Amino acid sequence: MIELISYGAFFLTLALTYAIMCLGLNVQWGQTGLFNVGVAGFVGIGAYVSALLTTPDAPDRFGGFDLPIAVGWIAAAIAAALASALLGAMTLRLRSDYLAIATFGFAVVVQLAVLNLQKLTGGPFGISFIPRPFGALASDPLVFGLCNLAVVGAVTLAVYGALEHLMRSPWGRVLRAIREDEQAASALGKNATVFRLQAFAVGGAIMGLAGAVQGHFIGYISPEGYVPILTFQVWAMLIVGGSGNNRGAIAGAILVWAIWAASGAALAAFIPADQQARASALKIVMIGVAICLVLLLRPRGLLGERATVSRHVENAGDHAKDKAS
Amino acid sequence: MIAQMLMDGLIAGSMIGLGAIGITLTYSILRFANFAHGELVSWAAYFALSVSTALGTALPGLSASLGPFSFGWSLPLGLIAAMALTGLLALFADTLLFARLRARGASTIILVMAGFGAALTLRSLLEFIFTSKPMYFTSALQIARPLFAGARATPDQLLGLGLAVALVAAVHLILTRTAAGRAMRAVSENQALAGLAGIDVAKTIRLVWLFGASLAAVAGVMAGLLVQIRPYMGHDLLLPLFAAAILGGIGSVPGAMIAGLIVGLAEAACVNFIGAEWRAAVSFFILVAILLLRPQGLFGKAGA
Repeated sequence: MIELISYGAFFLTLALTYAIMCLGLNVQWGQTGLFNVGVAGFVGIGAYVSALLTTPDAPDRFGGFDLPIAVGWIAAAIAAALASALLGAMTLRLRSDYLAIATFGFAVVVQLAVLNLQKLTGGPFGISFIPRPFGALASDPLVFGLCNLAVVGAVTLAVYGALEHLMRSPWGRVLRAIREDEQAASALGKNATVFRLQAFAVGGAIMGLAGAVQGHFIGYISPEGYVPILTFQVWAMLIVGGSGNNRGAIAGAILVWAIWAASGAALAAFIPADQQARASALKIVMIGVAICLVLLLRPRGLLGERATVSRHVENAGDHAKDKAS
Repeated sequence: MIAQMLMDGLIAGSMIGLGAIGITLTYSILRFANFAHGELVSWAAYFALSVSTALGTALPGLSASLGPFSFGWSLPLGLIAAMALTGLLALFADTLLFARLRARGASTIILVMAGFGAALTLRSLLEFIFTSKPMYFTSALQIARPLFAGARATPDQLLGLGLAVALVAAVHLILTRTAAGRAMRAVSENQALAGLAGIDVAKTIRLVWLFGASLAAVAGVMAGLLVQIRPYMGHDLLLPLFAAAILGGIGSVPGAMIAGLIVGLAEAACVNFIGAEWRAAVSFFILVAILLLRPQGLFGKAGA
């Protein structure tokens, strides 16, 4: 029973770290319509910055600085926000899909950098001994697990609360206005590029924070943790949960992570060891198919964004399309 | 050493250029950045591998080496089959996914995302079917021959380079001198207006997919012959392909080829002067420089 509860706590804590990434992506995609294909890069930056600042001094690489965990988390969010702002400033004024290509490349470069800058990141060996919250309690797995769940849960709730507040604020309304009709928003004097840039940086900051929280929960990070598959997972979580809806983002993260973990366990149990790498490719096929199916059949996801446009306007759009065809 | 670096860059660049032509065409005519293009490259390589292996087994004479090259007739035949099969795959993906989204009036970015989902599916399917173990068209070893100033290249590499140049010229002529090419350019300028002028837009779009997929097939077979065949080969090529397409200017065929050569040369220079481990970052920095300095690309129209 105790084992079950501590496994449950472990599972839920990890799922919530993905939920935070998903909330960050929701600011960018769900609210603003910015397509970020480099989620793994921003998460990775957060994880490495925080690990570098909070680990004890290591002889074979630069740092660590042994700072408190909270400092690491804040610095992670700031670093990821700066990276997003830089990337956004270059691409957001151009056509919408250039951002997708640039973020795709950005993730490749972050991956290469953490792999190759061995003096800074530990290279392929990664960084271990990242301080874990409540590390002193680690001898009692149940208490330790529950305390960590409480901390990560609190961070998730805080991010959720802040985002809900932001989305209801004039700022959030401008974002949705730009997403729905950029010309109309510009005509009202809103600078679309500046608002997009802000939303992109806020989303990036949240992803960086999520990376840091996850790194500290696991206690070890390495370049393999930030490969493109992470980006795909987070995307699947947001799309399935319902982009535009913060509660959907959290629910989607937990649901997709549960399916992912369960199918991983099933593979380990039923597939012979030499075929497992092959079979795990099918898990990724599943994610790809899920993304396509949701786009085709249920574009709003499980919990879609609540309609903000009058349905008459939507019908008028259909009517115009009928005429055109 | 410098001569060898230039040679390596040109060979890798011609491969990138071929793939980038496919991207630039689909990008300018279908109006979205297709993330699944890299997967067309990989699928083509596996199609060609399957067909040429089957042919070689059925008729052993076909796998005897052709002149100085490392492969027999089974590979060119496999390439032709791969062009057709990859074209069918692209049309299949379009009917199943992209056409439906277009019909619904989905925005560009939804199409980009659908391509991203399709890429994920296609790539992992390859990994499931063929595993991630690298494969090769032939096991024959080729000796690189000295060319000029100490540069060496294998006959296969020179063939690839020549084929790339010939294909660019052919595609350019098709686009500028034939009715189908004119229709493609018209659809790329203005889809609605092209439709009004009596161009069959749906047919033109199918033609563009077939065209882009065939070029992807050539790039895939070339990459498979000169490097190796892996499920991730197309994914790893995707960033250089996008960088070349944007550097050349979206829609410009000669631009894509020249930019592909530039990307290839820059990668070779990086390997030579900085280190092979940073090679994959080169395309990103080219991309950043282009987006900052000249977002329309070298040969693109401003405001595109």
